[in-house]
Parts: sequence; structure tokens; C-alpha cells
Amino acid sequence: MWITVKLFANFRENRFKEARRQYPPGTTVGDVATDLEIDPGLIGMIFIHGRAAELDRVLGEDDVLALFPLLGGG
Amino acid sequence: MPKVIRINMTDLSVRIDEAPAAWAGLGGRALTSTVVAAEVPPTCHPLGPNNKLVFAPGLLSGTAAANAGRMSAGAKSPLTGTIKESNAGGTCGRMLGRLDIKAIIIEGQPAATDTWYNIRISNEGVVVEPETETVGLNNFAVLESVAKRYGEDKGVITIGSAGENLMMISNISTRDPEGKLRSFGRGGLGAVMGSKRVKFITIDQEGTRPVPLVDSAAFKAANMIFTKALKDHPVSGQGLPTYGTAVLVNILHEIGGLPTRNFTSGQCEHHDMISGEHMYDTIVARGGEPTHGCSIGCVIQCSQVYNDKDGKYLTSGFEYETIWAYGADCLINNLDLIAECDNVMDDLGVDSIETPVMFGVAMEAGLLKFGDGMEVLRMLREEIGKATPLGRILGGGTGHVGKTYGVTRVPVVKNQAIPAYDPRSVKGIGVTYATTTQGADHTAGYAVATNVLNVGGKVDPLSNEGQVELSRNLQIATAAIDSTGLCLFIAFPALDIAECLPAAVDMLNARFGGKLTMDDVVGLGKTVLKLEHEFNLAAGIGPEQDRLPEFFELEAIAPHNVKWDMDQKELATFWNF
Repeated sequence: MWITVKLFANFRENRFKEARRQYPPGTTVGDVATDLEIDPGLIGMIFIHGRAAELDRVLGEDDVLALFPLLGGG
Repeated sequence: MPKVIRINMTDLSVRIDEAPAAWAGLGGRALTSTVVAAEVPPTCHPLGPNNKLVFAPGLLSGTAAANAGRMSAGAKSPLTGTIKESNAGGTCGRMLGRLDIKAIIIEGQPAATDTWYNIRISNEGVVVEPETETVGLNNFAVLESVAKRYGEDKGVITIGSAGENLMMISNISTRDPEGKLRSFGRGGLGAVMGSKRVKFITIDQEGTRPVPLVDSAAFKAANMIFTKALKDHPVSGQGLPTYGTAVLVNILHEIGGLPTRNFTSGQCEHHDMISGEHMYDTIVARGGEPTHGCSIGCVIQCSQVYNDKDGKYLTSGFEYETIWAYGADCLINNLDLIAECDNVMDDLGVDSIETPVMFGVAMEAGLLKFGDGMEVLRMLREEIGKATPLGRILGGGTGHVGKTYGVTRVPVVKNQAIPAYDPRSVKGIGVTYATTTQGADHTAGYAVATNVLNVGGKVDPLSNEGQVELSRNLQIATAAIDSTGLCLFIAFPALDIAECLPAAVDMLNARFGGKLTMDDVVGLGKTVLKLEHEFNLAAGIGPEQDRLPEFFELEAIAPHNVKWDMDQKELATFWNF
């Protein structure tokens, strides 16, 4: 299945901003992080189609996954 | 003994009193709001002789505590009609702490409307003198003139032309450690200072000694724990120093909470061009500074120096809310233009939320086109800056422009512009906008942290459940933090790292020799909110105004297709504490 992965802040370093990537069915958010060599412990926010999700969430065809480190402002 | 300076602008008299014992545990917002609530008739005209402008450093100001460089200004707001507290960095809070000045209270009003004054405060006393040289000048020129006349090392509190012209969008500005500007934002406090005919105040700390500490060893130990928490937390230790607050652009876009084109969408197509990531790359490429503090002793350093394409200073303190408002709400897709707007706003002394949100409404009214940054710059300089009739309409703020041009989509609460987080898709911040004593203000109870950023737990931003309680707890904590002189961004580590806030309380005890507990600090926050609320009720700002504008209930916002649907009765439970 194909999913769109968006990366932000320092997760972009040596990776990408946005990419369409192919994964086998049953792939979780955590699997994608591992595949991209992002330490899951450094992930602060996970959004799928703009809604919060967890690391163990199983992805579906055409999901848009956004990964952010822990960030803030205001 | 701590001093209170009262300057009566009616007869130009100055009184220096010992601070009342009852004020011993008060600083910053707790003190400005206590003075305003006790001494300003709630029904007075905010620009008349009965309003008072109060400045107060925080309880930790002047000490070596990390991030204790904030100082509060308070008055009745001409924009909202409510009580107002606003705090800023810069150098004055620290200096007032060292001078042992607990508050500066500016009262009354000169009868003559053709004379301006400057006020100069030092260890020797207070001088009030007629001012001519800087009248009509904007803030950068005022700083230059003050440096030339009184020295480079003075703290400065000033108003630009907008404050002189009593505009509702005006701020009070203050000098930062590098001679640039920081702002006491929101609520039109510049107009209050202008109504007192005070052009600038200087603070001279010469001859002062370090602030005495009752237990300096305990203070040092607590400050180390506190500083470590600030540096260890990913938000205050890494994210903010690197990307500044503009890192929020992409986050809010992603979750559909980035108000765009005058609050008609929650996402903005060109979000990446105005993002913190893009800003960081631009700053580094042009030899600016991505990491920079607004005050001495700041270890977070969320500010930055943003240069133009020739490597020349364009602006600093370039905040998410400013970038959002021009970039997404007004659709200006050029960060350089937005930076120039920011610099002009600093110079005129106008609020960098109220002003661009007002432009979003003006664009909807057809006064200028969405995305037309050049016309915004022209209007800032030529209309607002010169106080033309159109400039005065724009200078009246978002609500004023909406009324003048018959716009119904006017994002204000209590007539103050709603900032950068759409309350339909971040419902916790909607509760804060509706209920805070300040008029729409995200900093009053930053529910975005827990709704979106996963700091301090998680509460679903799209559900109404738990939002009133979340906002209440945050508003109480914020009122307490705003009283210490500590920067609000210490809340990020404080919400996640157990030792952080107790270390701040330990510093208070080591400074004053008290036995404050965390419960006492929470109690202070509650007391502050309640006295502010009572002032508002007496001013005629009742529960019927604790609500969001109707359009949020009528118009669903993309991409989640959500409206504001919080029950008004549930909102009213906010004050049950």
C-alpha cells in the first residue's frame, strides 16, 4: 500500500519533507519510524489526516502521516 | 524596603512610598491587577484621568533566576473595556528589581493637551520633565534619542506614534538587551500611556547592588534544578531555540487549526513558505541569528535576528502569531515582506496580533486585496503611521474595522482579535478566548499545549469534553507564572518535568524567606483571576460576553468540517472555583 509521509523540524534533516512510500499491509506508525531511522522516543506528535494517532496505529492505503518531534511555541 | 512610585500627571507630583505589607507576596500581574482592581473605577473611561497605568516587575525580577526577565503592565484596556495585564521581556524588569521598586503607578492626566513628558527613574529619585525632542517620533528614533541624551545602558519604556494618537491597536514598547524592541502587547496600552501624555520612561540602575537573597545557597541550588529542566525539555531546550515559535505554522496547518483568509479555512496552501523550518533555513543562509533572547538570563532564547537578503537586520522577536496573521490570515506568502511589516509595527508601536487580524477583516471588506503585502506596508506607514482618517479607522482595531465596513466575520472576543489557533478545531483554546478576563488571548491559558502539542497530557482538540477544566487549570497557573516575572514558556517543562515548578517556588522562598507551597502559588493564580473577573463584572463586562463570535457557530471550517458548539452553560462553569 502507498502512504504519504510528511516530516517536520529536525526530522527533515537528511531525510525529506514529504514522500509517497510503499509499505506492506499491517504496517504501523512505529514501523514507518523505524524504517526512516527515527527514534520513536523522539516523536512528539503523530497525525494521520490531521488527527492525532499513536505509534501502534495500523496504517491504511493513502493515509497521510505527519511526524513531528516534541515542539511548542505560543 | 521595596518602594512604590506614584506619578500624578495632573499636577506632575511624585510620591515614593514604602510598599504596603499586603503587597509583599505580589509581583507582576498579581500586583498590576491588584492595583487596578483596587484603585481604578471599573466604569471609568480608559483614556480619562481615572485610569491608572501600572508597571510591576515580577517577584523574581533582578535575581539570577533563569528566564525571570518579564515585567507586567496593567490598566483598564481601551480596546476591551476589561482589566488588562500584559508582560514583556527587555531590560527594565531586571533593573526595577535591582532598584527595589515594586511598582510604578502613573495616575491622572495633564490638563494641557499640547505638552508631552518624559519620566526618568533612578536610584536618586524620579524626574518628570516636558518632552519635545521625540514627540511625533516612532520607537526606533526614540531609542536613539534616549541613548544619545541619557546613555546606551538605560532601560526604556516608550510609545510610538500610534500610542500618541491614542489608537486601540497601540502597544507600549521596551528596549531589549541589544537595543531593539519588545512589546507589552494587546489591549491598546500604548493609548493609555499616550492619554497620560508620557512619551517615554527611562530606568537607570546605576548604583544598585545585586538583589538580596534570604538564602543564597538554596536559591542557587533551586535555580540549577530549574535551569536544567528548561534545558532538558525538548520544547524549551531544542525546539524553541532552533525554530522559534513559528515552528507552530506547520503543526497548526497539519491539524487544520491555522486560521486562513480571515478565518475561512483551517489550512493554508503556502504554509511551508511561512513556516519555522523555512524561517530557520533563511536566517542561517543570510547570517542572522536563529537563537536569541529577549532578556538577560533567558536560557530558552526563542527569539531570533532575521536579516534581509543583503544580510541587513530586518526584524527580531519574529513570532508565530505575527507570521500566521500576515502569512495565513492575510495570505501574504512572502516571509521577507512579513518581516518588514513586523519591523514597521515595532517602530509604530502597534500590536502584532490586533493589527494583522484587523487587516484580514479589512481585506474581506475589500479595502485591500488578500495577499497584498505591499499595500499593508503602505497602509501601516502612510495611513496608520500618519494617523489619517483611514489610519484612525484601521487603528481602531479588528472590531472597529468590522463595524465600519459591515463585516460579519469579525474574529474578536471582548473586541480583541482572536489569535492564531482556530477555536473550532482547537476547542480548548476557544474556552480560553471566551472566558479569559483579558479578551481573546492565547497566552492566558494555552490549551494548545495539551490539545495539540502533547505537553501536559492529551485532550482531544475536536471534542468539547474536558476543555473547560483544562483551560481553567492553565489560566490559574498562567496567572501565577505571570506574577513571578518568569517567562510563560517555562510552562512547557513545568507541565512535564516534576521538579521544575517546585524549584521555582523554592527560589521564591529563598529570595524572600517565606514558606510558600505549590498550593499557595495555585491559590495566588486563583485570587488574581477572581479579582480581575470582579473588575470586569463591575465594568459591565458580564457572562454574556464570555462567548465567541457567532460565525464560529455558523460556519464549518476545513478540513475537519467542524463548528464551535460548546454549550454556553458549560462555558459558564469555568468560574466555579
